[in-house]
Amino acid sequence: MDLEAAKVIGAGLAAIGVGAAAIGVGHVFGSFLESAIRNPAAADGQQGRLFIGFAAAELLGLIAFAVAMIILFVV
Amino acid sequence: MAAETRIDPMHQFQISPLAGNLDGSPFVFTNSALWMLIVMGLIWLFMMGGMKRQLVPGRWQMAVEGVTGFITSMLSVNVGPEGRKYVPWVFTIFMFILTANILGMMPFALIPGLHAFTVTSQFTVTGVMAIISFSIVLIVGFWKHGFHFFSLFVPSGTPFVLQIIIVPIEFISFLVRPFSLALRLFVAMIAGHILVEVFANFVVQGLNSGGVVGPAVSLLSFVFIMGVMALELLVCAIQAYVFALLTTLYINDAVNLH
Repeated sequence: MDLEAAKVIGAGLAAIGVGAAAIGVGHVFGSFLESAIRNPAAADGQQGRLFIGFAAAELLGLIAFAVAMIILFVV
Repeated sequence: MAAETRIDPMHQFQISPLAGNLDGSPFVFTNSALWMLIVMGLIWLFMMGGMKRQLVPGRWQMAVEGVTGFITSMLSVNVGPEGRKYVPWVFTIFMFILTANILGMMPFALIPGLHAFTVTSQFTVTGVMAIISFSIVLIVGFWKHGFHFFSLFVPSGTPFVLQIIIVPIEFISFLVRPFSLALRLFVAMIAGHILVEVFANFVVQGLNSGGVVGPAVSLLSFVFIMGVMALELLVCAIQAYVFALLTTLYINDAVNLH
């Protein structure tokens, strides 16, 4: 198969990693919401850690997106 | 169907020189530099409006005090009383990233020939900010603690057998920090803009192709773009906050070792 077709298929496969990161980010916010409803008074104090967890999960998804972009435009 | 034209979502990120050409000297005034000047001008205007120092502050001064108080409290909560020294740097990166992100979302393309340029969508810009943050961490860490700074990589109370595995892992994850800071912001901005650009192309191509399906696709894409833009404004603010918060936490690692 020629390089163009392989590049496009590779980028499509790399984008699956972005979907996996979506599960991770949803899990972070889901756990926060679930426990915030149980203890609303303590929820606001943990908001900083919520965004740290979101940033870490999102970073890995963005790395997968960066790999897709590298395959498409740099290789 | 009309002739296929390739959608090029990367054209909006192209850096074009405004005076001179890029092959000449390394100091060329580019559109990226122009937009950075615009960001600086906006931040300057915002801060000047709050400098009246009224005893009972008006609304503008309240807004400025709100942002500065937010950053100061973030630093004192995460670093402690010594954190106040770093408020200028953290405030600078927070305001710069927030303003640059939001400016990139503004609909300047309504004026023909103009388009908003997101300064933080260039890896060089975010890379420099991440390098400066990381350098502050290293310089402060080694100035305060000397070689004891390396005890940061040894979590307290680990048995020696685990330390052989954990210390290299901690060291590598420490070195990845500036790269991850820069990459997170840069890719978040690029991903949002590419998504909007691709669907905007669908709007135009749908209108160009006749029939019923074309304009229907255009309408759906347009509604989708509106939703994505709202989400992107939230992502702009979140990414600015995350960059500032992570810088604060890394400074906390340097100042108070554990």
